[in-house]
Amino acid sequence: MHPALQGLITIVIGVGGCVGYFYFSNQILDRFIFPPRGDDPGRNINRANMVRPWLFLFPAIFALGLYLAYPVFETLRLSVTDRSLDGAFVGLANYGQMFGEPKFWEALRNNMFWLIVVPATSTAFGLLVAQLTDRIAWGSAAKSVIFMPMAISFVGASVIFKLIYDARPVEQAQIGILNAIWLQFEGGPGSFVFLRLLPAIMLLSFAAILVYATYIVALRLTSDRRQKGWLTPLVQIGLSVFGAWLVILALINSVQVFSVEYAYGEPQQWLTLPFWNNFFLMVVLIWIQTGFAMVILSAALRGIPEETVEAAIVDGANPFQVFFQIKVPQIVSTIVVVWTTITLTVLKVFDIVFAMTNGQWQTQVLANYMFDKLFRANDWGVGSASAIIIMLLVSPILVWNVANARKEMR
Amino acid sequence: MDTIAGTKPTLTWAVHISVALLVVLWLFPTVGLFVSSFRTADQISGSGWWSSMFPQERQNPAIRLSGEELQEGELFVISGNVFDGSEAAVSLWGTSSRAPQAFQPGETSELSRDRTVTLEVNGDFRFTATESQEGKRLPRVFTTATTPPDFTLENYDKMLFDESNIEGMARAFFNTLTVTIPATIIPIVVAAFAAYALAWMEFPGRALLIAMVVGLLVVPLQLALIPLLKLHLNIGIGKGYLGVWLAHTGFGLPLAVYLLRNYMVGLPKDIIENAKVDGATDFLIFTRIILPLSFPALASFAIFQFLWTWNDLLVAKVFLIDATGETTVMTNQIVELLGTRGGNWEILATAAFVSIAIPLIVFFAMQRYLVRGLLAGSVK
Repeated sequence: MHPALQGLITIVIGVGGCVGYFYFSNQILDRFIFPPRGDDPGRNINRANMVRPWLFLFPAIFALGLYLAYPVFETLRLSVTDRSLDGAFVGLANYGQMFGEPKFWEALRNNMFWLIVVPATSTAFGLLVAQLTDRIAWGSAAKSVIFMPMAISFVGASVIFKLIYDARPVEQAQIGILNAIWLQFEGGPGSFVFLRLLPAIMLLSFAAILVYATYIVALRLTSDRRQKGWLTPLVQIGLSVFGAWLVILALINSVQVFSVEYAYGEPQQWLTLPFWNNFFLMVVLIWIQTGFAMVILSAALRGIPEETVEAAIVDGANPFQVFFQIKVPQIVSTIVVVWTTITLTVLKVFDIVFAMTNGQWQTQVLANYMFDKLFRANDWGVGSASAIIIMLLVSPILVWNVANARKEMR
Repeated sequence: MDTIAGTKPTLTWAVHISVALLVVLWLFPTVGLFVSSFRTADQISGSGWWSSMFPQERQNPAIRLSGEELQEGELFVISGNVFDGSEAAVSLWGTSSRAPQAFQPGETSELSRDRTVTLEVNGDFRFTATESQEGKRLPRVFTTATTPPDFTLENYDKMLFDESNIEGMARAFFNTLTVTIPATIIPIVVAAFAAYALAWMEFPGRALLIAMVVGLLVVPLQLALIPLLKLHLNIGIGKGYLGVWLAHTGFGLPLAVYLLRNYMVGLPKDIIENAKVDGATDFLIFTRIILPLSFPALASFAIFQFLWTWNDLLVAKVFLIDATGETTVMTNQIVELLGTRGGNWEILATAAFVSIAIPLIVFFAMQRYLVRGLLAGSVK
């Protein structure tokens, strides 16, 4: 049968089956099982109404249970069994084997980089774009463009960026824009400005913004006595320490950038440069996710009461103070949501690495490592174990989300 | 910020310029691929796509002269145009690969055996010889010429409409469509009923179920691959369309239920209660009142699910594509091309753009619903 026809039939069966199921199961319930007549029609109606929600819910619960809940436990079970031993229980042997593999640690290390860089950069860019486009006339058109990569598949984006990173031998014309730009630098004054001075200035201003933000967070820690509980101060301390660490890192790098040896005049195979190639892969995801962050943060910025901003201006606050001390604190919860959502995407990132490097040149990440184990090495035990690691990394967010949802329900 | 920016024109300009820069930065990668898909392989490897918008000067591959031989008195003359009439302006040329830029246009090159070649700016050439060149190889000319921007639809023709091209995207395109449409529609129906029950029906355990849905929202689908593949193989579905439809339905459900429930809860209570007083059953209320009113939420989810299933690689690879490769989808086809045709950018760019085009159209047509869905799904 032609797949298109099969698809059409499936739609008809699927949709018709669902609607039919709902209609007839309701009919059967009302007409035959608990008909509103007989000795006590009222009781029957009540009974029918007690059953009905489960009729409505059954297909969804069934599908959710079978396709998401059951696999979690089954994967857990598979991770402690060995397929080649006919599914015998092997305890933590799979985990042990996995922890012994350097590729796993490489994947875990890279994932940590991804987890720090991608959510932070996407959120920062998103916040920047949201703030900048907020009040300019062509802002919505600009937002559309930044948002557009959301529609592009990871694989499509990988092709797009592979073209950017493309490298040709030095005597041929470069067709990747990055190498074309790179070859413009030859070590003269222009190179000094763009490759040493400008990065140093950017790092320093990054450090300055960080110092400012850390200062504000630290200030809140000492002054804000109204907040109760131990979690908020702990998060604030953590943020301050992390911020201070980043500041030191930025300062060190801004000095080091003057002494680095650049390979002028040689086209670079960007995706094979160890360590840095991870960042070239991250750029792809940042390019995609910034639009998401921007849309949500832009809505949050619009939700800020106008009076708070006006009051600050009247009190003589400069634009930076308005932004960092009035606006950002009011949208912190939204920033956290954006951050966690992007974190989830990062943990599952597979297509980009699979399409661009397939984990070669030390770019492995957990999701691709897992795919490798499951479908190339055919090792279900270790594959499931690595899936469980991903689940473990996700679970704090899961717990936090559920807790939030419950808070809201009350 | 505008009140402050308004008093400082420099700040306003800084905002405009930085937004413009960001927009260019974000657009640039996609445009590169788009432009490349309209260029021939020679053009792509000859120069960066950014220079293709302008007339460009480059050294062409050697062209061997050809044409009708005419006799003019003592001389045998062959004349014609080396560019076959396409517009180009020769700046330098030569007749030997060692000196491809030896002559100015209009000059005459003297070859061995009393032969001469003259090449004009527009590519017209005149070849003369003292004996007939019948059956002999004519000399080659090397040109450095400025060619105007030149784009072609050839790549799309080859990738989409050439039936004999096994690397073509036509079959993968229809496979993707076959995966996407049922996988978008079915979860909507299933989720809508469940969302109604979770939003408007009272029963014990409702809060727990909602919390479960929120929890399942973030379960990585990586966990589901092996158990479900095993299940599909055991119950006889195997690898195929049915499996991938079911998988996408399952994976899309948490978001669908969550989005739709959040939206339905916000619908006015009066309408539903009035309908109940008038004797409408839940089924009627759902189909006649709730569903039409929930259209924006349904559209939001439909777009999400469409983009997600269209762009998906992992689920298709695990549940759909078998060893024969008959059911390959576009994302998989592109990844395979990346492996086998890594340097053939005319093929890669075209293939990628074929797969990107439909989501982009959907995106720009229904951006409003997408934004609404994002906001409903994330901001709490």
